[in-house]
Amino acid sequence: MTRPENKSLLIKGGQLIDPAAKINAPMDVLLRDGRVAEVALPNKIRGSADEKFDARGLIVAPGFIDLHVHLREPGQGYKETIASGTAAAAAGGFTSVCTMPNTAPVVDTAEWVAWLRNPERAAVVNAFPIAAATRGSKGGTLTDFASLQRAGAAAVTDDGKPILDDDVMRMALRLGAELNFPVVQHAEDTRLTENCSMHAGPTSFRLGLRAMPAAAEAAIVDRDVTLAQQIRESRLHVAHLSTADALKAVRRGKRAKARVTCEVTPHHFTLIDENVGEYDTNFKMNPPLRSATDREAIVVALADGTVDAIATDHAPHAAHEKQVEFERASFGITGLETALALAITKLHREHKIPLTRIVELFTAGPARVFDLPGRGTLARGSHADVTIFDPKKRWTFDAAKSRSLSHNTPFDGWQFTGKVVATIVSGKIVHREN
Amino acid sequence: MNKPARGSLLGIEHLDAKDILGLLKLARRMNPLKARPLLRGKRVVLLFYEASTRTRSSFEFAAKSLGAMTTLVQSSGSSIEKGESVLDTGYTLRAVGADCIVMRHPSAGAPHLMAQHLDIPVINAGDGMHEHPSQALLDAFTILKHKKSFKGLQATIIGDIFHSRVARSACHLLTKFGVKVTLCGPPEFVPDVAATLAPGLRITRHIEDALRGTDVVMLLRVQKERLAGQKIRLQDYIARYQMTTARLKLAKRDAIVMHPGPIIRGLELTAEVADGPQSVIVDEVHNGVPTRMAILARALGKAK
Repeated sequence: MTRPENKSLLIKGGQLIDPAAKINAPMDVLLRDGRVAEVALPNKIRGSADEKFDARGLIVAPGFIDLHVHLREPGQGYKETIASGTAAAAAGGFTSVCTMPNTAPVVDTAEWVAWLRNPERAAVVNAFPIAAATRGSKGGTLTDFASLQRAGAAAVTDDGKPILDDDVMRMALRLGAELNFPVVQHAEDTRLTENCSMHAGPTSFRLGLRAMPAAAEAAIVDRDVTLAQQIRESRLHVAHLSTADALKAVRRGKRAKARVTCEVTPHHFTLIDENVGEYDTNFKMNPPLRSATDREAIVVALADGTVDAIATDHAPHAAHEKQVEFERASFGITGLETALALAITKLHREHKIPLTRIVELFTAGPARVFDLPGRGTLARGSHADVTIFDPKKRWTFDAAKSRSLSHNTPFDGWQFTGKVVATIVSGKIVHREN
Repeated sequence: MNKPARGSLLGIEHLDAKDILGLLKLARRMNPLKARPLLRGKRVVLLFYEASTRTRSSFEFAAKSLGAMTTLVQSSGSSIEKGESVLDTGYTLRAVGADCIVMRHPSAGAPHLMAQHLDIPVINAGDGMHEHPSQALLDAFTILKHKKSFKGLQATIIGDIFHSRVARSACHLLTKFGVKVTLCGPPEFVPDVAATLAPGLRITRHIEDALRGTDVVMLLRVQKERLAGQKIRLQDYIARYQMTTARLKLAKRDAIVMHPGPIIRGLELTAEVADGPQSVIVDEVHNGVPTRMAILARALGKAK
């Protein structure tokens, strides 16, 4: 993690969008000693700053938070490292990322959580580990939630796999409730998805691929929401939600005032199963790209507040793991450097979702999901994590120039509107567009 | 990634009707016993990751009849066993001097992967549950030997459509010529989504309904091991869907009975139907050689 700099930085002339503080107005922001020192109307901040950032024509927002990334350490440094993955995060405007524990070995002890948080990992942005919910993420015995939490884990999950067993999930939510610790579920009834490689529908039938029914996700979300309603103070977070039926279950939980949250990935609000084309493995991920109806429901839920956060599920893989038969190819795509561009291009420009809501989905929303204090807002005293972007800038994504070690993206060559201009972590500029 | 080399045949879906008719016309001119050595000096690799009798042997005869050299590479007894990837095997075969790869693979899309990375034509000899284009072409060849044209024809495909690459290719091919195709079987084998495969497909669960007035009856092998995992019992399947002489009477009098093989007598059809006067099952196998000669000649640019 980047140490606070004993310097001050004045961001002048930008349009501040801070949904947590209900601000959408021209404001100057002064950062000092790693914190937000002052937020004021243009030209009202007195005194001098060590450095000034001219943000005219740009949006100034709280630093973006990604609840769901796979940075592959420990054990799979050939796909990604904490250093390379957080560099990609910085380029994508993320000042905080939450790292998934399905590494080699699985992050299921306080020691591994501490290892991830060690400055030697050379993280460019804040990296908050999420630890495994069960030992080895095998779905059987719960890990030591209390010690994982003390070591700095933001939540627990068996991501990549579901917590399938009813009793284990119930116990996880109970223990989570006692500790005020979110349980993140990868909702997939794996009894229905064995050997499957895409979403079940006309495209999977056409391609002759065994396929995952939408119900495999909805059934687990439905069960989990019921459990979350039964267990007071439990915190359920649904990872990478992808189906209309799963959204219905989440809405049911929220109406009942259960502490149920969910995230959606940029690829699920952008693409559908048909885009797999002729077996393009850069369109293979889990959950899979769904139907057009599911995508429509997701866009509605992003707009109406049902969805709490946009999360990338950044899942880098080496070329040799993707240039194989579709059924054998690894699940997952990279996403850190294209998330904001997709949100602006698709959600804002195409579906007319206001920028304030989009910023909320990257900031206040995710900060609330995991209770990251002093993040997701630029209120005075908050962490000096800032994302500055140009919502009108047109550009073309070139996967070969990605900061990630891996280039498994379906968006290579896509034309976007909206680009990150600068990413500031603890008052220090960690990424700046040339 | 690149576009598949000219002459590749990965599936029927993306071929147009003109292409198909061209191949069929060429196939009619091919005589395995009096073939011109169009492919002399060419090297054709038969890359088979899955068992095969008729497809492999007929591709081999087809290639040799045209004067090509062939070599068979199978997953057992090759570097594939040692974990070599599909692409590395492809690059190796290209380096050895292959001019064309005929490929069968248990995973759908494997020939597409190969074709996107090699500069020589790749011919799909069956990929998972996806397509089996040479089978569809030889079936079209067979149908046109017995029927004047595709015009106004009705075809019925009965059995495990879901797992069948033969059925997918046949549906694509026949519907491109306006043939009215009916799919028949229990929902486990013929899910509703099957109707989305091509325009003008119809699904029915009743074999009587499926057969009435049809010109072509295409049967598919029932794999017992697949029934095991399903809710349907073997005896029920036989009772409801087995092709018998009595049922065949519901079809047009001159209807033909087809089956890609291998057939299981007493299961999807009775011995009487298999050996009966309307059966063209053996003829299909026979037609495999000239059809595949045409496919190879087209692949290697000797289609004139």
